[in-house]
Amino acid sequence: MKHMTRKATRHVNQNEGLIFEKSSAGKAAWKLPPLDVPEVDTAKLLGAAERKDLGNMPEVSEIEIIRHFTRLSTWNYAIDLGMYPLGSCTMKYNPRVNEVVARLDGLANGHPYQPEKISQGALRILKTLSDCLIEITGMDAITLQPAAGAHGELTGLLIVRAYHQAKGNPRKKVLIPDSAHGTNPATAAMVGYSVENLKSNPKGMVDVAALAAQMDEDVAALMLTNPNTLGVFEQEINKIAEIMHAKGGLLYMDGANMNALVGKVRPGDFGVDVMHLNLHKTFSTPHGGGGPGSGPVAVKQTLEPFLPKPVVITKPDGTLAFEYNRPMSVGRVRAFYGNFGMFVRALAYILANGPDGLRQTTEDAVLNTNYIRKGLDGIYDLPYSTPTMHEVVFSDKLQQKKGVKTGDIAKRLIDYGFHPYTVSFPLIVHGALMIEPTESESKEEMDLFIEAMKSIAEEVQEDPQMVLDAPHSTRVSRLDEVAAARKPVLRWKPAS
Amino acid sequence: MRYLPKSPADREALLKAIGARSIDDLFAPIPAEYRLQRDLKVPRQMAESEIVDWYRERSRENGDGYATFLGAGAYYHYRPVIIDSLISRGEFLTAYTPYQAEISQGTLQSIFEFQTMICELTGMEVANASMYDGSTAAAEAVMMAVRLTGRRSVVIAHSLHPEYREVLATYAWHQGMPLSAAPFTSTGRIDLKALEESINSDTACVLIQSPNFFGTIEDVAAIADIAHKRGALLVVSIAEAVSLGIIEPPRQADIIAMEAQSFGVPLGFGGPYCGVIATREQFVRQMPGRLVGQTTDKTGKRGFVLTLATREQHIRREKATSNICTNQALVALMANIFMTIYGKVGLRELAKQNLAKAAYAAQQFGKHAKVLFPSAPRFNEFVVQTSEDPYAVNARLLGHKIVGGLPLKKFYPELGNAALWCCTEMTTRTSIDTAVAMVAEGERSVRAGKEPETQGVAR
Ligand SMILES: Cc1ncc(COP(=O)(O)O)c(C=O)c1O
Repeated sequence: MKHMTRKATRHVNQNEGLIFEKSSAGKAAWKLPPLDVPEVDTAKLLGAAERKDLGNMPEVSEIEIIRHFTRLSTWNYAIDLGMYPLGSCTMKYNPRVNEVVARLDGLANGHPYQPEKISQGALRILKTLSDCLIEITGMDAITLQPAAGAHGELTGLLIVRAYHQAKGNPRKKVLIPDSAHGTNPATAAMVGYSVENLKSNPKGMVDVAALAAQMDEDVAALMLTNPNTLGVFEQEINKIAEIMHAKGGLLYMDGANMNALVGKVRPGDFGVDVMHLNLHKTFSTPHGGGGPGSGPVAVKQTLEPFLPKPVVITKPDGTLAFEYNRPMSVGRVRAFYGNFGMFVRALAYILANGPDGLRQTTEDAVLNTNYIRKGLDGIYDLPYSTPTMHEVVFSDKLQQKKGVKTGDIAKRLIDYGFHPYTVSFPLIVHGALMIEPTESESKEEMDLFIEAMKSIAEEVQEDPQMVLDAPHSTRVSRLDEVAAARKPVLRWKPAS
Repeated sequence: MRYLPKSPADREALLKAIGARSIDDLFAPIPAEYRLQRDLKVPRQMAESEIVDWYRERSRENGDGYATFLGAGAYYHYRPVIIDSLISRGEFLTAYTPYQAEISQGTLQSIFEFQTMICELTGMEVANASMYDGSTAAAEAVMMAVRLTGRRSVVIAHSLHPEYREVLATYAWHQGMPLSAAPFTSTGRIDLKALEESINSDTACVLIQSPNFFGTIEDVAAIADIAHKRGALLVVSIAEAVSLGIIEPPRQADIIAMEAQSFGVPLGFGGPYCGVIATREQFVRQMPGRLVGQTTDKTGKRGFVLTLATREQHIRREKATSNICTNQALVALMANIFMTIYGKVGLRELAKQNLAKAAYAAQQFGKHAKVLFPSAPRFNEFVVQTSEDPYAVNARLLGHKIVGGLPLKKFYPELGNAALWCCTEMTTRTSIDTAVAMVAEGERSVRAGKEPETQGVAR
């Protein structure tokens, strides 16, 4: 290969089969203490309900489990290894003190139903985080119950619906820009709204004239991502809010992109009525290979009565408590109070930053993105020249001429030691490369990234087939996804 | 700020490369009237040592060092230490959803193993990679049944976790899904006759929990028969996963909605936990959530990918099976490691200890107070009815650094002075005996016509 990467080197990593393939009868990784109560006759206690056999559950020793999962772990890419520029996902550094404080005994072992008298620590965390997030968003009230962004959307739209219903008419439709994330329309459908698409204008923003034409008294809300999925701040946000409010509609903000705004501008100040946050993006809680997340929903005062229950209140004696008596509430969206462990981490992140750190973080995220944009402009097609904030979207138009698509460039980037950007999203850009570096990248790391992307662009010209065949340096080459879907094998079975 | 890898000179260099005069240039797209001209009113930047101290204080205020008899959907089991050592590896902890399979094989293979073990334990043919929690898994399973049957209404056991019922009501609200309740009898089990009468030609499914909220094991076969005869599906919610070690799984169910928290996930004041949906292969295309499948690479080598994505929101948008995107992957990994540690034999032995502790405790409580629903089998929870208000019993117990059973008045006022007690392998005979002594003391005092001594009833 002519183009060699400075970032990564191949090195040996261990092969490892499925855990079931290591199992044999009599091995064990567990030991229970002696029973301090009488043994029971299970047959007598359970009768027909007794289970006799646990099928193909594995039997392995502790060292084998340690090696098994450690080996598997080395097959993953991660933020801890390097830049992870997945657009819309905000893959920033996950501070380790967050992990330590979340594991303190009283917090890790607190039972959700323990008396409030001995839950003041947890309640204080809920309250402090709520206060911080309300200040950061400029909203008036918040629920921490939703478990992820999409769950926050569901909660937010339930609130929207309850609000309209309380006024006598739940309305029928939700407007969603064509650049929106798939969870937005999927959520609207779950809340019984039909989805009406809103076209973007040539600058990649909401077409305000089209919005004005489409807005009527059947529209419950506009679900707006701001900055939108192109990384573009909706400059006419005041007009957008005005149009919505003039006809009694609400402005919902998908806050997935809050990393562009924290400490610089507050959605509550620019007309948003209800929004969700992703603590697993903006507030540094780890993605853990796909979750857990946390999707708090912040609202303006008029929507406060509809928040899920319970809410945290301060009693006259200064202690904190859960309040369940909320007749207008949309109800519960999950059991207990939300992904509490994520609250602990997100608050630790806020405390580590303070107001100055949060602002600097946002500035660095936007600075980094614009540096990469500058570095790659012209080498990759930039479909919208509008200024971008925390992420930038290129297209594969120039590389398509050689038959190479965004997904291929992404696979080749793996050989250079990077996790790919987000592929083929947003849908309004054909062949999108969506890049979000976050604030966590140094100039050196970004220079390596830019160098890698430039090098791939050259490779596309010189040897497109090589790019089409990438990755070349991973444990497995491109996997057959079509076969996986056509004849799904979704679990291991013993050879018979 | 210690998380930011740039010096002031770096920032200058970047600005210069971009061609911006100052950082403000980059925020120019935000209309000036909205730009924040002040500091956010959040606490000042803290040192790591201060953060740890602040949380230590919160931890101390939060029941640190108390033994507990609480269960009710959140169970205190021992967590083998290797769970945290393994999930703390940055390669698991700080990876995103495994969209790029070639550099995510670790996560993908572990999910494949998770799906396999959930299938083995539940007796189902396919399991997904996780849902938010047991309650939302139950709600999504019900919506799945609605899609599968083309019917709209749902019969829900009154012995399903009350908060799960609330979540269902929230989800069903705008979907035109009428919900009705099936009562329980004096055995603690669902009333089969009432159930039979409540199912009609519009019933998509019956949703029960087993072991149910009272710890009682339902007669799943009989319930399945009743549902299936009328063309309805059976959805079974399992909130206490450890029960699967010794209780026959609900194999007759069409969909199982689980909470896997018991498998090595800390109580954590209610979350993050790990919901899972498992079902029959024929229903997989209506299943919500992510799925990992096995395939091969170009050289024929085994590998794993996310699959059947055409069910999901990023492809189907408003026609998707669910809006779920981010799930509970790292928590599923905890459960995965836990299941691997205990495995085929350990899980049964662990469940047996739970059974023995609860049996002993129920027997001891039964000497002084009334243990409800005695005739049906149960796992590690049981309901004790006292003459005294259970909050008063608990207030006295709290003085011994023990959290008593969950008073049920809020959820089941019809059961009077009842509380739901849970014993796991972590419950010691000593704390059982102490709790029983408190109840006995209360009963004696009530019988003697005077109030037992209570310092401030905690509710
Ligand atoms: C713009 C946008 N909206 C919504 C979501 C959904 O959030 P979550 O995955 O936390 O449910 C995402 C996540 O990728 C997103 O990028």
